[in-house]
Amino acid sequence: MNKRRPYVRPMAGWWRKNPFFVEYMIHEGTALFVAAYALILLTGLVYLSRGEAAWNVWLEGLKNPWYIAFHWLALAAVSYHTYTWFKIMPRTMPPVIVGGKRLPDMAITGGGLAVATTACLALLGLVWGIAR
Amino acid sequence: MSENQRIIEIEVLRYNPETDKEPSKQVFDVPFTDDMSVLQGVQYIKDYLDGSLSFRWSCRMAICGSCGMMINGEPSLSCETFLRDYYPARVRVEALAHFPIEKDLVINMEGFIEKLESIQPYIIPKEARTLAQGEYLQTPAQLASYEQFSSCINCMLCYAACPQFGLNSDFIGPAAMALLHRYNIDSRDAGKGERMELVNSEEGVFNCTAVGYCSEVCPKHVDPANAVNQNKTNSAADYFMRFLTPKGGAK
Repeated sequence: MNKRRPYVRPMAGWWRKNPFFVEYMIHEGTALFVAAYALILLTGLVYLSRGEAAWNVWLEGLKNPWYIAFHWLALAAVSYHTYTWFKIMPRTMPPVIVGGKRLPDMAITGGGLAVATTACLALLGLVWGIAR
Repeated sequence: MSENQRIIEIEVLRYNPETDKEPSKQVFDVPFTDDMSVLQGVQYIKDYLDGSLSFRWSCRMAICGSCGMMINGEPSLSCETFLRDYYPARVRVEALAHFPIEKDLVINMEGFIEKLESIQPYIIPKEARTLAQGEYLQTPAQLASYEQFSSCINCMLCYAACPQFGLNSDFIGPAAMALLHRYNIDSRDAGKGERMELVNSEEGVFNCTAVGYCSEVCPKHVDPANAVNQNKTNSAADYFMRFLTPKGGAK
C-alpha cells in the first residue's frame, strides 16, 4: 500500500498571516473608495441633467458634515491607492532603456507619482479658476 | 561547547503521513554559533536530536534551490538565513506554503515539475541549423534582454509567496511563467505562438492579481511578477491580433 498522504494546508485567513498580504488587501480595498467617488460624481451628473434647481439640491447635499468627512477619508484612501499603484508599476511593464541603461524602478515610480501630482494640481487650478 | 555558543529554540512543523492526521509543532533547543544558518540548525536537529526529521538540501550556498522553507512565515532559502538574526526569539520553520506536505519540511513538487515541462523550456528555432552551420549567434544586448529571467534556480519560494497559487494550484505560477518569458523573448527562439496558448489559458497569467510578493522573496532577483505582468499585455495583444491577422496571434 502506498504510504504517501500529502497534506494540503488550508488557505482560510491567508491574508492575515503575512504583513505583505495585509498591505496588499489594504491597497486593493482602497479601490472601493475610487469606485465610490466615481458614483458620487456620476450622481452629480444625473442631477445636472435635470436642470439648475436639481443641481443646487445636489450641491447643498454635499455640504453635509458627514459628506465632507467622507471626502477627507476618500482623499486619504485614493492618495494611498495612487502611491501603491505607482509602487507596483515597474513590475508590470517592459524594461525602459534610456541611453543603453535600464531605468531603475525608483525612477518609474517617482515619475508616475510626479505626473499624478502635477495632473491633480493642474485640474484643481483649472476648476478653481472656473469656479471663482 | 565554546563560550560564545548560545541556545535557540527552533519550532518545526512536523508531519508524518504514516501516523499523523495533520501537522503539529515540535520545539527543539539547538546550540548555535553566529555563523550558523537555519539549515545548519535543522541539520543539527537531525544529527543529534531527532533523526526522523525530513528536509531537502544540497549546496548550502543559495544556488541549488533545494532548501526553501517558511522561516517565521516568510519563504526563504534556509542556507542563507541565519539563526543569529532571530535569537533570542524562537524561530519557526515550516514546509513551503501552498504546496502539499509530503513529510515534515518536504513538499510535493510534482505539479511544479509538470508546469516546467509544459512551457517547453528549450529553444524552438524557426529553422533548425545543422552542425555544419554552427551555433545560433546572439549579441550581448539580445542576451541582456532575457538574462534576468534565466537566473531562476527553481527554489519555488515565489510559489510559496503567491496566494493565487495557494487558492488555485492549477495556476502556472511565477517561476514557470518567468522561464516561459525567458524563451519567448530569446532572439534565437520562435516558439512564442505555441507558448502563448498557455499564457492565454485558464491556468495562465490572468490568475495573477499583482500581489508582487513573489518578486520580493526571489533570492536571484528574477522578478517573476514582471514576467507574469508583461505577459498580461502580451496576452491581450495576442487576443486582439486574431481580429487583424487571419491566423491570430497564438496557434
